[in-house]
Amino acid sequence: MASITTGKINSIAADKKAATARRSRSFRQFLHGLFGRRIVILGAVGVAFFILVAIFAPFIATHDPSSMEAAAKLAGPSASHIMGGDFYGRDLFSRLVYGTRVSLIVGVLATLTSAAIGTFLGMLAAYTGGVVDRILMRACEAFNAIPQIAVSMTLITIFGGGMLNMALILCIGGIPAFLRMSRAQALTIMNSDYVLAAKLSGQKKLIIMWKHVFPNIVSPIIVMATQSVGMTIMMESGLSFLGVGIKVPTPSWGSIINEARPYLMTSPHYVLFPCACLALLMISLNLLGDGIRDALDPSLRGE
Amino acid sequence: MTRYILNRIGQTLLIIVIVSFLTFLLVNLMPKDQVYALYGTDISQEDYEILYKRLNLDKPILYRYGLWARNVLRGDWGISYQYHMPVGEVIGLKIGVTLYLSVVSTLISFPLGMLLGIITAVKRGKWQDTVLTLLANLTNSLPAFVVAIVMLYLFCIKRKLLPTSGFTFPWDDFPKHIRQIIMPMFCLSLGGIAGVCRQTRSSMLEAIRQDYVRTARSKGLQENTIVKRHVMRNGLVPIITLIGGRLAHIVGGSMFVENVFAIPGMGTLMIQSVNSVDVPIMQACVMMTALMISVAYLVTDLLYLAVDPRISLK
Repeated sequence: MASITTGKINSIAADKKAATARRSRSFRQFLHGLFGRRIVILGAVGVAFFILVAIFAPFIATHDPSSMEAAAKLAGPSASHIMGGDFYGRDLFSRLVYGTRVSLIVGVLATLTSAAIGTFLGMLAAYTGGVVDRILMRACEAFNAIPQIAVSMTLITIFGGGMLNMALILCIGGIPAFLRMSRAQALTIMNSDYVLAAKLSGQKKLIIMWKHVFPNIVSPIIVMATQSVGMTIMMESGLSFLGVGIKVPTPSWGSIINEARPYLMTSPHYVLFPCACLALLMISLNLLGDGIRDALDPSLRGE
Repeated sequence: MTRYILNRIGQTLLIIVIVSFLTFLLVNLMPKDQVYALYGTDISQEDYEILYKRLNLDKPILYRYGLWARNVLRGDWGISYQYHMPVGEVIGLKIGVTLYLSVVSTLISFPLGMLLGIITAVKRGKWQDTVLTLLANLTNSLPAFVVAIVMLYLFCIKRKLLPTSGFTFPWDDFPKHIRQIIMPMFCLSLGGIAGVCRQTRSSMLEAIRQDYVRTARSKGLQENTIVKRHVMRNGLVPIITLIGGRLAHIVGGSMFVENVFAIPGMGTLMIQSVNSVDVPIMQACVMMTALMISVAYLVTDLLYLAVDPRISLK
């Protein structure tokens, strides 16, 4: 009797060790797959660069982003103002540096919240089925029928366009995609034997969802989240560009482009620098996102 | 079959009703004064009360929704606050432009994107694939308004090749139309071409991995025939389902493009109406786009049913 128990414990310990080893091996494989291609490294370097700029913005910025200097008004790039000045004589470079913070915070915050809410609701829909499922799916379809930008614009006029509000409003637009995807993924997992076993052993619904279903659907969620960060940043800058987003004193790239638009002819650098920042960030995010997708799901790479 | 179609149409109607309610709720929650928006701020308190009642603002929101829905079903969308004209007329002037832009852009981006997608899938791993996939990835991630502004700078300001703004229908003045439409159409279609290309590629690669392709290969069929007869026929069908989502994207994107190139379409109208609290116009704009997109989803689903006989077996 005692020997059987010891043997059992040993085998469980061995299993656990093997599982840990497998996990670390698959993580190493993931990293290898991710950084095996130069183009992905380029994307990762770009993203890392913008993150560092956002974190160390006060040290990188050469001027206070809101202090005005009459002489710098619409000035071209010079030694003291690397990228020139804006309409109010503020240092464009410093404003762009601080704008990185706005873009990244809004993008990441909105994506995290919408991924969390969407995934939870998706698993809930898959698990409970019936009326809950149907209501959630119809709500998603209704949402898909309205361009996200229209919804966001109205919500911003209702609640005002602070950075936090912006993130929450953009999060709403992201929920349906996460919901649908996690629901579809969870449905395939629900029918598996281990979920049935967990149900039979009397575990609570939430525990089953968290311990058995969630780990198995997490990788497509990560893939979607990495792509959603870029989409959200694009949306934020777009709304700010249309003048309904982040309000003017806060330096958001979109609103800088918007206020610079009339001077495209006279001082093009004023428009083109923020455009270049936005384009570079979007491209880096996309390259990294695609890299993560390919590394997590090699079947998508095509042989 | 008929049941499925009827079911699907019913679903679409339900969605439109939900959208209409959500829109009404959202727009009426806006913390702006509708009376001032309509009649200006210099009216007396008594007048204000009367007008407030006349707009039914003292009634509960459900009642107002019912009233609005009844009028809409009769074809009366209300009076625009900024134009002081029936909403139907205002929208009628603008919707044609946006509809034209969206449809032409879809017609451009689907065939072109599919063609490029087929090339990348067939030449996977070769330089054509690398270059095209990279290009698709890059353009897919660029915001339409950034592309629009950079184009404006390059083609209108650096070299005065194209007009900066405006819109003319092709049947009014064709050469002018072409000159005005090149840049907006490019910006509007770029994302679509890239997106369709990427999805075609992955769908084609999915089909290439199937057993029937291996069978065809082992039968000794030529690679060309395999691609044409087996891979394309199976790989391109799912692309149809993208049309609805793409159209939603394009309608959203046309807001930016219309804004940059000063095209008088629904996008411009919508931004104006949000800024000036033109409630009836906002409701009508959102409803119209929702209707357009839902119908597109419906049509693509039915099209899918018609193209892929396997679906009806389910």
